Amino acid sequence: MTNKIALNLVDVEKRFGETEIIRGVNLAVKRGERHAVIGPNGAGKSTVFNLISGYYPLTGGKIELNSQEINGLEPFQINRLGLCRSFQVTNLFAKMSVFENVRCALLWSEGYKYSFWHLMVRQKKLNKKAEEIIEQLNMSHRSKIPVGELSYAEQRTLEIGITVAGGADVILLDEPTAGMSKSETEQAVELMKFVSEGKTLIVVEHDMGVVFDLADRISVLVYGKIIATDTPDNIRNNKAVQEAYLGEEEEV
Amino acid sequence: MVKRYSVWIAAPVLLIVLPQIFDSGFAITMMSEMCIAIIFALSYNMLLGQGGMLSFGHAVFYGFGGFISIHAINLVTDDIIVIPLELIPLVGGIAGFFFAILLGYISTKKAGTTFALISLGLVELVVACVLLFPSFFGGEEGVSGDRMLDYSITGIGFGKGVEVFYLIAFWLMVATALMYLQTQTPLGRMANAVRDNPERTPFVGYNIHLVRFFQFALSGFFAGIAGGLLAINYEIVNSEMIGALASGHVLLMTYIGGVGHFFGPILGAVLYTFLHLTLVNITMAGQLYLGVLFIIIILWAPNGMAGILMVHQPVWRAGLFKELLPTYLMALGAGLVTFFGALILVEVNYHLSLSIEPDKPMQLFGVEFLANSWPPWLFSIALMAAGYFMLRPIIRKIGLKWDELTQVMQGGK
Amino acid sequence: MEFYVISLLNSLVFGMLLFMLSSGLTLIFGMMGVLNFAHASFYMLGAYLGYQVSVFIGFWPALVIAPILVGIIGAGIERYGLRTVHKYGHVAELLFTFGLAFMIEELILLIWGRVALNYQVPASLDFTIFKLFESDFPAYRVFMLVVSVTMFVALYLMLTRTRTGIIIQAALTHAEGVGMLGHNVPRVFMIVFGGGSALAGLAGVIGGNYLVTSPSMAILLGPIVFVVIVVGGMGSLTGALIASLLIAALQTFAVGYDYSLVDLLTLFNIELGSEPLFPDLWRIKIENTGPLLPYLLMVVMLIFRPKGIMGERES
Repeated sequence: MTNKIALNLVDVEKRFGETEIIRGVNLAVKRGERHAVIGPNGAGKSTVFNLISGYYPLTGGKIELNSQEINGLEPFQINRLGLCRSFQVTNLFAKMSVFENVRCALLWSEGYKYSFWHLMVRQKKLNKKAEEIIEQLNMSHRSKIPVGELSYAEQRTLEIGITVAGGADVILLDEPTAGMSKSETEQAVELMKFVSEGKTLIVVEHDMGVVFDLADRISVLVYGKIIATDTPDNIRNNKAVQEAYLGEEEEV
Repeated sequence: MVKRYSVWIAAPVLLIVLPQIFDSGFAITMMSEMCIAIIFALSYNMLLGQGGMLSFGHAVFYGFGGFISIHAINLVTDDIIVIPLELIPLVGGIAGFFFAILLGYISTKKAGTTFALISLGLVELVVACVLLFPSFFGGEEGVSGDRMLDYSITGIGFGKGVEVFYLIAFWLMVATALMYLQTQTPLGRMANAVRDNPERTPFVGYNIHLVRFFQFALSGFFAGIAGGLLAINYEIVNSEMIGALASGHVLLMTYIGGVGHFFGPILGAVLYTFLHLTLVNITMAGQLYLGVLFIIIILWAPNGMAGILMVHQPVWRAGLFKELLPTYLMALGAGLVTFFGALILVEVNYHLSLSIEPDKPMQLFGVEFLANSWPPWLFSIALMAAGYFMLRPIIRKIGLKWDELTQVMQGGK
Repeated sequence: MEFYVISLLNSLVFGMLLFMLSSGLTLIFGMMGVLNFAHASFYMLGAYLGYQVSVFIGFWPALVIAPILVGIIGAGIERYGLRTVHKYGHVAELLFTFGLAFMIEELILLIWGRVALNYQVPASLDFTIFKLFESDFPAYRVFMLVVSVTMFVALYLMLTRTRTGIIIQAALTHAEGVGMLGHNVPRVFMIVFGGGSALAGLAGVIGGNYLVTSPSMAILLGPIVFVVIVVGGMGSLTGALIASLLIAALQTFAVGYDYSLVDLLTLFNIELGSEPLFPDLWRIKIENTGPLLPYLLMVVMLIFRPKGIMGERES
């Protein structure tokens, strides 16, 4: 039963000094599920991501990835256990090309570790894989351009690409479509559906259209607590959720 | 394909031919020192340019490479161990590697400013040890040896400077090729990644501390090779080689050359060594001029000389460089006037403060005059003012010209 | 007993001098994120200007004028140099101040020459203030202590009681927020940089004649000041105070012990062979390790408490 749960948060708490940001979050994400986390600004959505990915240490509770406790591990260790994340603010290797960015994201999973005896140009399999990923992102024609010169939407797309390149089976995306136009958002959703095929996806998102289109289940985070976790239809009809969140900000 | 490898063919040819053309003792010494400086600066750029680690203590590994090498030479002389002289630089490299592992593990936990401070603390720690461990560091006078060993792979005696130069040139080619190839490996690339975005790197699976640490250790290895070569070249190693000043020199030459491109430190090492060795002979203010050059680069050309060259590459390719040339020549002229004015002022002051008899006339460019009289001061200030007022409109003009060229080139696309 | 009391007093004097330097450096670092590599050069500049002014109009005016001059120079450098490289990031800023340190040393050589200056303690303070056991305690050291403590109190009051001080404190932790509240952050930076330089200058004026005024004084003291702020915790004033006193005490007390490892072994009746491994190591006397100790402390600190004594940020 337990190994159907990919990611499990139990009574997770986080305090910064006196301020309690996360006040006992419980969340069990099933394997293969597409799960969205929504909530008003300042509810602590990004903080939850930062806790899961090991960016901040926990104040209380525990987090399990594939039934293995991961709190207290370093981000790189959590990543190696099969969890990857994107960032709300674009966070790429700015001076490198698109191709280099994707290749760097592949290196660890392809087993190169800290090698200083493999020449990158000679690694046919690695380079082919990087090219394939870039093709999936529809960016082959931009492959050699430094990422600093890409358009915003392209950078966001690449952000997703780098996140999933390493082949982790639990994917955390932090507001992947923020700041995108309507058509760009549609493409991004298609991309997210494609890359999360057969994997577990957890996404923080403000665009309700995206959330209801993408998610199998939705959790609503308000002031550091999850007030409901359910299917999109049930969330839409949930009174508490409507009061706390949807009613105030956005009509669905 | 030919073009890609042409540098690697041209460089050895150049290194073989040069000492045949410039065969004076001074020229050989200078070229040897340049080659050693290139290895040292390239190894430093493995930290600063590739890994974003600003170190104030890189000479520690250079110095340990030198000391261990000179001790190795002495042990060979005493028939205790057998190593041919050609491989002594490798001993230096291993020493540098070893000490980089020892000291680097703590310092690479940090990055940025804290890393820089720790590197400074570590170099001072080593310097403080120099006087406490006289049998290793040889106290104030250092350790000397005799490079003419009984063992040699090539059968060369290494009595002559030019023979040593060829040994250094050989190691220069080996070390440069290895360092270049290292930039093309997973570790080399991840060092770039850690430099550009230490926040993201853990989320692609890498431990940023270890990336920095391995990069640091390799850099120590190449610095050690340079140190070993210096030990062979001068047959004496002293504490000057290991201290903060030597670390400062390599920082200056690397940065002046440009940290953003692989060939930057090579340019920097050649220019810096040339200026250093020639200025020392003609003026007391040599260090000051090098310092000014460094500050100018930091303020207005943060990518160094290599950066300046690379900016012009597209202009050159488009055949538009001749458009820029006249304004550049004007800027050079005005710059020289300003520089000449400042130079007089500096030299006059140095004469007054540092020479034994400041009241005696001094000589500058063949002109003899009294330093404590008013004409040189007035002349210098006038030159500086004139240069400054000429330079300002020219610089504005260069900016406009660049805008124009950028538009032309973009239109061309 | 005598040794302890005298050493304690001496380490207090030296420690407060170190703190005068490290406090300015820490304030600048905490606020601007810039490690001013040339900080000890401002100390040197203070000593030289202090000497020059005191030659013309005496020590007491120099005590006021020289630090102000150094402060103005510092503010000017911030405004016309540092601010230009700010856009290239912290490494470029650090490099700029490194180049600056290099230049200031050369300029001092240019103006005052290579030899140490004959910068003397003023006659009005050149007497024995009290006798401790058998030793004379010079009045000048008491004066140094008074100046540094006064400065510390003034700095504390300035930071906690005045408007500028409160803005500075706020900018220490939330520089962007302070900017959004409409305060002129670049100007605050310039004031802090100038003020920090002036503090270093003051340390130079009163330290130059106590120690020595020569072109190498910045290089000799600079690294120790950097160790102070690493050990104290980057950006923490209290940490800098504790670390300054600690390092001064370490160096002062070490001088009094002429034991070596050989003595330690003899204590346990262990005889060292005639040709031991690392022959130097066993013979090193504690009294000679003074220059080494601050750096050793730094390494130990980094291994066991990388944040420093009072540090909050990791890096």
